Amino acid sequence: MKVFMLGWEFPPFISGGLGTACYGLTKAMSQAGTEIAFVLPTLTDGGSVDYMKILNADGISSSQKTGFTNVRFITVTSPLKPYIFSQRRKFFAKNEKKCSKICSFDSNFSKNEQNYGENIYEQVNKYAEKVSHIADVESFDVVHSHDWMTFPAGVAAAQNSGKPLVVHVHSTEFDRSGENINQTIYDIERYGMYEAQKIVAVSNYTRNMIINRYGVAAEKITVVHNGIENDNHFVPEKAIEKRDKIVLFLGRITFQKGPDYFIAAAKKVLEKISNVKFIMAGDGDMLHRMIEYAAELGIGHKVFFTKFLRGANVEKMYRMADLYVMPSVSEPFGIAPLEAVKNGVPALISKQSGISEILINALKVDFWDVNQMANKITAALKYPPMSQTLRENGRNEMKKFRWEDAAFKINEIYKQILTIAG
Amino acid sequence: MASVCFYFQVHQPYRLREYTVFDSGSDYFDDNKNSQICRKVAEKCYLPANSLMLELIRKYKGQFKISYSITGVLLEQLEMYAPEVLASFQELAQTGCVEFIAETYYHSLSSLYSEQEFMEQIILHKETIERLFGQTPRVFRNTELIYNNYISELIGKIGGFSAIITEGVDRILGHRSPNFVYRPSGDNNMKLLLKNYRLSDDIAFRFSNRDWSEWPLHAPKFAKWVNDVNGCGFVVNLFMDYETFGEHQWESTGIFNFLKHLPQEILKHRDNDFKTPSEAAAAYDDSDVVDVPHTISWADVERDISAWRGNKMQCCALAEIYRLEKTVKETGDDDIINDWRRLQTSDHFYYMCTKWFSDGDVHKYFNPYESPYDSYINFMNVLDNLDTRCRTALYEKQIVNSEKRIQNSEDRIQNVESPVGDGNF
Repeated sequence: MKVFMLGWEFPPFISGGLGTACYGLTKAMSQAGTEIAFVLPTLTDGGSVDYMKILNADGISSSQKTGFTNVRFITVTSPLKPYIFSQRRKFFAKNEKKCSKICSFDSNFSKNEQNYGENIYEQVNKYAEKVSHIADVESFDVVHSHDWMTFPAGVAAAQNSGKPLVVHVHSTEFDRSGENINQTIYDIERYGMYEAQKIVAVSNYTRNMIINRYGVAAEKITVVHNGIENDNHFVPEKAIEKRDKIVLFLGRITFQKGPDYFIAAAKKVLEKISNVKFIMAGDGDMLHRMIEYAAELGIGHKVFFTKFLRGANVEKMYRMADLYVMPSVSEPFGIAPLEAVKNGVPALISKQSGISEILINALKVDFWDVNQMANKITAALKYPPMSQTLRENGRNEMKKFRWEDAAFKINEIYKQILTIAG
Repeated sequence: MASVCFYFQVHQPYRLREYTVFDSGSDYFDDNKNSQICRKVAEKCYLPANSLMLELIRKYKGQFKISYSITGVLLEQLEMYAPEVLASFQELAQTGCVEFIAETYYHSLSSLYSEQEFMEQIILHKETIERLFGQTPRVFRNTELIYNNYISELIGKIGGFSAIITEGVDRILGHRSPNFVYRPSGDNNMKLLLKNYRLSDDIAFRFSNRDWSEWPLHAPKFAKWVNDVNGCGFVVNLFMDYETFGEHQWESTGIFNFLKHLPQEILKHRDNDFKTPSEAAAAYDDSDVVDVPHTISWADVERDISAWRGNKMQCCALAEIYRLEKTVKETGDDDIINDWRRLQTSDHFYYMCTKWFSDGDVHKYFNPYESPYDSYINFMNVLDNLDTRCRTALYEKQIVNSEKRIQNSEDRIQNVESPVGDGNF
């Protein structure tokens, strides 16, 4: 089986769960013997004429190379970057009501400003064109596209080659933007979903979203839950010595992630217990508003902002944390809580997430139910036997999130559509 | 001779309302939900089952006999929410063919934590049975058939009981059959009646299971299994939740029809009869001692106490509630004592079980919470409030006492002073 796979981020160049998911999935697929040509956009030097580079897993660091023997990486120069769009749009939607053009930004928003074209539509189409040239010279059995930005490219590659298309939905426009969706992105998403022979959704939550919001027939969509890397990760038993309890928010500080609910809950928790600190690790368009919000509520001295954390700092943060909170307004899957649990931190997750369907040993709450969120945070800090039980059972449960299973299911989907295609 | 001995467990807990750390009221229980469930189970099970039992008892003129253990917490709820159910149990009591068994009033796990509380709850239950049904219980069953040697010792201490009911666990019986009457280890005159879990569970759990090779189960087939005991046993102890009839096994499964035809089929064999537990204990000599050093119960495949003490949350919640015993009782406040006891009902700890969490299973069926963690949080928040109430009550009591003491000393001072004031000069 040869797969022409289109993604838009891959470690170490990641800003969200998509890169992590693509990494885990391609690795497991490769190990199961599937050959993958993984195409991804890179910003690199803006003026470069070579829009395409073929890498034999050289693009990723050597420690990550093992397991990728059947994967070739093809990078295509393009300014496409997923989260920048939604963050900026949110900012503009709130700050300049009349602003309708998404990419007409002031240059101080991004170093890469010059890389953005007139609009997304044009960008993704340009990308599609470049990708279809690559597809012409590649040989493969199936095209697999990850999220909307690569959908037009996937459709083009499938049409040119006459091969079937699978689109993999890791998030939808409604997850990223609530009800204020961008029509262009929505249209691109829907276009990919309709053109695809099969849709992979990362959760039932997302599957329902595709059925209800995009009008796609239910039988066309298969749920394949993400896995995690069970790398016998060593978690030091002893937590870092500290005076206060620590409640951790780790993720982008954007509308989708519900940071405001976290702070509102923090306020309530602090009415009950005082020896607790709330840490918000991450960056995003709502960061400044959250700093102000915490100050406004009079808990500025209890809420700490660390900006984006990497590597050892993330690990250290997990070792300090007593509870991880994911208050997402809409989370298609949510790999982050699994990382927390893997690191021995009990998780409180919003029910509006894919992960809450399958992760049993976690506390769950509706993102809008600040009272319950605060209640459960307080309980987790106040009643240690529960945290212990969550930690022990949670770590055992991690064994069931296997990328091997996801790779197997996806391979079954390929077989199924290839049989139909004859 | 094969005597069929039916005992039905009848119980509903006081379920807690949603109680967050921000709540401070002393109204812990969800009256609305409890009344709804009580009404629902009354309609589906208690009323139709009671009326069928009454019909059968009358039809077989004293040959069909059964026994019940109805918890104090359910009796209270029936009085409030479904008095007609209580009346129909009373009608059954008057037939002389129904025995009422004693247990802890609050369906608690006190036997594992507090000798004092355990005994108080049994006496309370005994008195309630006497008051409502006009008979003194002579047989004891502990919550969820939890049993060990020490528990039999305590029951012996209370006195007045001729037998204890528990589970016929393979590991305590070894090669022996549950179809005989046994006696507890130690020095007392009681007997042990052990549940025949195969035949009991055929009715209680497997009856409607279409994957079961014996499905569908009809009365003649079941009667044949009972007849097979003849020659190798005296009693067939069929112990199960009463809610089996109409609630766990819905009416549409044919469970009522099965029950309706069972006495007739059992009695077809002239060596068979029905006996109540105390009759069975009196009729047959004990054949051996059953030694139970480690606690057993009728729960799950393990038949141990891991359904209530299987994880740290459960152990902590139980330890905390019994740690409060002294404080609670010191307050002398009936409301506090009553709330504390209602919180002891074993169901609260069963909800916290994570053992079968991953598989779903029967635990889920009985669980009003989305997860064991939610049930633990709710319970601990309530317990925390109860703790505060206790301390407040004791503090107030202390103030009243010291005021009294001050008053007394003032009085004394005046008494001393007044003769001086009168001046005897």
